[in-house]
Amino acid sequence: MLTIGVDIGSVGTKAVLFDGDIVDRHLESTGWNPSEAGHRAMESLLKRNSLSPGRIDRVVSTGYGRKSFAEVDKAVTEITCHARGAHFMDPEIRTVLDIGGQDSKVILLDDQGRVLDFMMNDKCAAGTGRFLQVMATLLEYSIEEFGAVDPDGEMQKISSMCTVFAESEVVSHLAKGVSKDAVALGLLESVAVRASSMLGRLGIKPVVGFTGGVSRCPSLVSLLEGQLSCDVRTYGDSHYAGALGSALIASEL
Amino acid sequence: MKRVSRIDELLADVEAHLKDGVLQVKEASEKGRPIVGTYCTFAPWELITAAGAIPATLCARGEDPITAAEEHLPRNLCPLIKSSYGYALTDKCPYFHFCDMVIAESTCDGKKKMYELMSRMKPLHLMMLPQTAEGDGSRSAWRAELDRLKDGLERAFDVSINDGAISERISLRNRERLALKSLWELSRLDPPAITGREQFLISEYCEFHFHKEDLVPWLENLVSQIREAYDLGERRVCKDAPRILITGCPLGGAQKVIHAIEDAGAVVVCYENCGGVKELGFLVDEDRPPMEALTDKYLNVGCSVMTPNTSRMDNLKKLIENYSVDGVVEVVLQACHTYAVETYEVRELVRSTGRPYMSVETDYSKSDIGQLSTRIGAFLEML
Repeated sequence: MLTIGVDIGSVGTKAVLFDGDIVDRHLESTGWNPSEAGHRAMESLLKRNSLSPGRIDRVVSTGYGRKSFAEVDKAVTEITCHARGAHFMDPEIRTVLDIGGQDSKVILLDDQGRVLDFMMNDKCAAGTGRFLQVMATLLEYSIEEFGAVDPDGEMQKISSMCTVFAESEVVSHLAKGVSKDAVALGLLESVAVRASSMLGRLGIKPVVGFTGGVSRCPSLVSLLEGQLSCDVRTYGDSHYAGALGSALIASEL
Repeated sequence: MKRVSRIDELLADVEAHLKDGVLQVKEASEKGRPIVGTYCTFAPWELITAAGAIPATLCARGEDPITAAEEHLPRNLCPLIKSSYGYALTDKCPYFHFCDMVIAESTCDGKKKMYELMSRMKPLHLMMLPQTAEGDGSRSAWRAELDRLKDGLERAFDVSINDGAISERISLRNRERLALKSLWELSRLDPPAITGREQFLISEYCEFHFHKEDLVPWLENLVSQIREAYDLGERRVCKDAPRILITGCPLGGAQKVIHAIEDAGAVVVCYENCGGVKELGFLVDEDRPPMEALTDKYLNVGCSVMTPNTSRMDNLKKLIENYSVDGVVEVVLQACHTYAVETYEVRELVRSTGRPYMSVETDYSKSDIGQLSTRIGAFLEML
């Protein structure tokens, strides 16, 4: 059976072609039209694999744009999809930390990849990918440079979590001559502290798997490990966890 | 041809008359009947009506007047307090407009300080709630508050309230409580006879219907007609819809939570919130001296301002069983500290019954509708 899972996030749209295993994956930016992005992602997968739409047995959508995408068999929330996707990538995961463009969430799993409990950030950008993106732009770093600052370097603590207030705090540190790297490290640390407090509130069960776009930020991963005093696993397909989970759910419908 | 649904017809009728309360209050006011505005479940309906007045729940559920309220009140205050004050300030609430007096309760710090400002607009009587429902001291303090309210009403409206009149009102209100109970019990059926939205609609209609002598038989009749249609096979809720109990802060301005739950395929079967089963689910003892019976009844409202709040926890446990609930969603209004802190205990209680629990913090705005639907959708996918 061939299925497609489409995860229409606030920043990126991810699609996975699945036949019991990952056949192919595709990522593109969501832009202003989520359903259009979903279509484009699906078409790219079909084209690249020389498939006609009729060959696909089922499609499941997830992510914030899941309901805007009409031609699917089912829309499932990203919590459930991330859980299933993470479980598929690594069956040992019992706690998923997912930090995406506008949401961060912690999900506890059972040994089948079913959700036992979850927690989501409140409705602001604090601690999300968006927060890091705004700060990277402010510091004139690419996201890659920002995510790779030396985690053992000098750190300037940032106390505001609010994106707007943190921005002015950063500006005032820079004005005092604090180095860019020290500020960047402080910002990453503040995201790690926030994520670990969310993990603490729900209760961590090892193994902890980190998914979502922000998981591709190596210095944040090592700061998190320091906060939690435990290993945090990341995966090559981490940011496809939601799309993978929805493709998996599609294959079971 | 599709048969017209009997329950649809009945509900369309309720919806059409939803705003009748405003006219009833206007007419009564023009005939010289005193109108008493209330905000909270603790306001003793029986005493107010025994004074010949009409108790009307004041507006507190709209988002629009909040901006005006924030000119006087801090922004990080609960939306219910800001909305209540904003309606009064902008004169957009017909019930506030017509009321001769406001009865307020010291149910939380935000409210009691807001009432000081509100007292500039209308005569306002603040009932001082004890901090706990336990012990003789609290009981006698609350009893004294009921006496003080009685005196206040007598003076304000130049009447005298006797025990006979109070007893009569207790018995009428108890009949309404029983009729409402029979309405709620429609949701104990499997599947429920009506949806949670519909249950809310009917309860709201009853809250704003001020001729209780007419309302009670009407409600009894409505319930028996719905029951009849159900027995004849009419179904409006899917048999496998998860059954949800909502608890926490008043839902008036946060009905988006009910919609998110039911749009995701579940059904709300029970509301453990103010205005519903929290107060109206408990009768006043008709065999005791009326003022004594009223004291005990209202002191035991399971409000989170009480410490400890044993009666809420006991009641929740019973409701979860009685309504065969699959999951509990707690709604906390932003900046409502007592309910927010109490979520920890509620979570423990719900989990101890083996059921999943989720709390959502929200306000009256539409800004979190997308996130609410994801969180609630994920919660239901867990069941």
